[in-house]
Amino acid sequence: MSDITRRDFVKVTGSGLALASLSGFIPGLIGCAGGKELQTGYFGRFGIDSETIRKVLSEALVYGGDYADIFFQHSIRNSIRLEDRIVNSASTSVQLGVGIRVLKGDQTGYSFTEDLNLESMKGAARTAANIASGSKTAPPQEYKPMTLPNYYPVEMSWEDVGIDKRVNIVKALDEAVFAEDSRIIKNYVGFHDTEKYIMVANSDGLLSTDYQPMLRVIVYCTAEQDDQRESNYFDYSIRDDISFLTKEKLDRMPKEAVKRTVKLFDAKPAPAGELPVVLTAGSSGILLHEAIGHGMEADFNRIGTSIYADKLNKPIAQDFVNIVDSGLNPNIRGSINVDDECCHTEETMLVENGILRTYMHDRISAKHYGVDPTGSGRRQSFKHYPLPRMRNTYMLNGPHTFDEIIASVKYGILADQFTNGQVNIGPGDFTFYVKSGSLIEDGKITATIKDVNIIGNGPEVLEKVTMVGNDFAMTEGGWTCGKNGQSVPVSMGLPSALVSSITVGGKG
Amino acid sequence: MNKIDLANWTQGYAKQQGADDTSIVISKRRSIDIEYRDSNIDKLRESTENSLSVELYAGGKYSSHRTNDLRKPALQKFIDNALAMTKYLGEDPYQALPDPALYEGRHNVELELFDSGYHKVDTKNRVDRARQIFDQIQGKDDRIVSITSYYSDSHYENVHLKSNGFQGTYESSNFGAGAEVSLDDGSGKKPQQWKYYSVRHLNDLPDLARIGDEALKRTQDSVGQTKIESTELPMILQNNQVRGLLGRMWGALYGNNLQQKSSFLDGKKGTKIGSELLTITDDPTIVRGMGSRYYDGDGIAAKVMPVIENGVLKNYYINVYYGRKMEVPPTAGGSSNVTFKLGSRSGAEIEKAMDRAILVTGFLGGNANSTTGDFSLGISGWLIENGLRTTPINEMNISGNYADLLNQLVEVGNDPYQFSSWRTPTMVFDRIQFAGL
Repeated sequence: MSDITRRDFVKVTGSGLALASLSGFIPGLIGCAGGKELQTGYFGRFGIDSETIRKVLSEALVYGGDYADIFFQHSIRNSIRLEDRIVNSASTSVQLGVGIRVLKGDQTGYSFTEDLNLESMKGAARTAANIASGSKTAPPQEYKPMTLPNYYPVEMSWEDVGIDKRVNIVKALDEAVFAEDSRIIKNYVGFHDTEKYIMVANSDGLLSTDYQPMLRVIVYCTAEQDDQRESNYFDYSIRDDISFLTKEKLDRMPKEAVKRTVKLFDAKPAPAGELPVVLTAGSSGILLHEAIGHGMEADFNRIGTSIYADKLNKPIAQDFVNIVDSGLNPNIRGSINVDDECCHTEETMLVENGILRTYMHDRISAKHYGVDPTGSGRRQSFKHYPLPRMRNTYMLNGPHTFDEIIASVKYGILADQFTNGQVNIGPGDFTFYVKSGSLIEDGKITATIKDVNIIGNGPEVLEKVTMVGNDFAMTEGGWTCGKNGQSVPVSMGLPSALVSSITVGGKG
Repeated sequence: MNKIDLANWTQGYAKQQGADDTSIVISKRRSIDIEYRDSNIDKLRESTENSLSVELYAGGKYSSHRTNDLRKPALQKFIDNALAMTKYLGEDPYQALPDPALYEGRHNVELELFDSGYHKVDTKNRVDRARQIFDQIQGKDDRIVSITSYYSDSHYENVHLKSNGFQGTYESSNFGAGAEVSLDDGSGKKPQQWKYYSVRHLNDLPDLARIGDEALKRTQDSVGQTKIESTELPMILQNNQVRGLLGRMWGALYGNNLQQKSSFLDGKKGTKIGSELLTITDDPTIVRGMGSRYYDGDGIAAKVMPVIENGVLKNYYINVYYGRKMEVPPTAGGSSNVTFKLGSRSGAEIEKAMDRAILVTGFLGGNANSTTGDFSLGISGWLIENGLRTTPINEMNISGNYADLLNQLVEVGNDPYQFSSWRTPTMVFDRIQFAGL
């Protein structure tokens, strides 16, 4: 596990920034920072120019909206899949469109079109404009390209990676899975890459562009021992190019997938009731995402429905608890160079020394609270309006070691692999599902357990985080957050941590 | 160019460029969603989406592709690239279009999937409906923090063409209305619940006042929820929550999981897997049903299919591809309307007759393991004592294995939920382990 302190983490982020400023534009690819060439490239991709934007925004503001923006998107997703030892399926999905949003106070009018001709865009703009009912406001004459960093520079576009290369990787992973353990009876490999080009212009005269790559590779295998079958998986997901898949990483995938699967043969039923739960470093960050992350998205607080609505600047955790939501982490799945409404992304300190410092804001909530946006306005696609969303949510290192944490538990569980979670924002109740873990008995890790849901109340559980380790890690897998019908990629991280008591939903 | 002409053109172009066969679906969806809050429209979203998906069969290889750019030059490039990509794949002897005989024998029930009144609904009507639901709730409880009411409708058109003779077209409509209410219960928690209905025809929506009342009542019911000691009790599963439990095991009935050895129901066809009270039928022929259809994604003519009869597993959902791999005839690629043989009492009557049980009115998170049948799910609801709802509960969990659970079914209600493709009655399961304190 990596040993990253808060300071170290910032430093790593800083090196990503430096790299971005050095990498410049990508040959043969439309890059992501500002600059004339780049804007020309994006304008060309969408077949528009600055005057088109002005005309569409003019239509959007025809009834006196306070603000309007126009969001262009072109994305290409490629997948190949292996099943029964054959790379037997491939798919491509292309999305092209533009969404137009008009704000009047806290109200939103939204419409989109997949037809990028001027008349269609003006039609969509007029539909969105209907949220207002006043006299016309004028859009800016010019749109200033934002100068942006690049937290996910790539050397090669996914467009330029031959499918044969992907096929060879997938086949090699499959071979390695079967070679790893004779109990493997089935294996699936999925290789998914996405490139998303976005351009946003708004009535403040700002214009941003971004190229967002994404890779996800998953190995899912099933093993049989006597009459028992078990399945499990391992995946990577990252904003990067194919150079991410080094030999070391590819060698590790099948080993991890098989190890995670066959260990389940030894699993005992999980206990039931309130118990201490130790979260291992990495994807245990799902606790933060569900228990407190959503409750700190400002839209729920703006309308008063979040359990955190009246807790700003109040203590909500022990003083060694520091929680961050950041878009700046190099190549991490939830990172963004700019949010989806022309706001600079940032590292947002949500909880500092146990005190709730800020919410995650989009433009609407920032205006409502009279603060700067935190660059958290994200949307699934041009079909959706932005909402305050998490990016990469993680807790910083604390004062304890993993061994100290385990040794402190008389009887409890260690949770180390997770598949999903959910939260009910108002009362703060949340769950996360432990795919596999272990019992802890008398300060020692003993039997494997599996398939157990853990359920608690966000603020109460945060107060019960009584030990935090010094072994921070980000999750490696592909997490997607769903909210109000919109899915966005996120990531999460955590050092080892002890929740002194939470309901474990075992069979008893 | 209309959708059928475009599908024919796409098919012709793909075959001209080297495809042996194609399956093409072109669809268009227009939808409008309104959120109403603080006596104002909070969000108004209008959209029209087009989609063309093409499955290519070329030289024993298969790929599938989707785009929303339906301009011919873009489509030509799209198909050229798709075919080039397909060449690099492995040959799969099981990938081919279905036997055309499977297309025959479509039922002749007029399903009424589309409400011809859809086009008469204007934006003012839509906003008025959202407002009526909001007004029904506002002022009814001093503890209200926030009310958001919703109205949405959509119109969907679909054309499906396969190069070995299948052609299908249909259109459908959907109307939805609901509300979400948040209360301040004085403890710092803000109970929040919602109620949402979805129907094919506008006139089938419940009365808007009823929708508002139900959303408020559900939220009021969740005030003061607490967890109780871990215990084993009968579980009454509210009719609209049955899918939350049984739906999570449905994938184990599908050909892909069976053939991939990741189904705990592998090899169980013809055997008893549950209580004699459990009879489930897949019925695609229900007029205005949310899951009704004339054919499935393979083009197989839709038929009523027994899934479980008196506890005995009668049929899996097998599509054409996995049917070939498993060397069994295909049945259906997925579920349509899932219907249940009903009992004699309503949910309310069942509750009243129960000495001590937990009524589950909602699930939170959790998951199920298709390979082993294990499940573990968060729940909320009521402790029932002597027929009365005595303690509102949440932050509790149920865990078990479906192989056991299906045999623990001891009663089925007479009250199927009408607003989902899962037309589920109230169900009672004995000896459920509830984890709490």
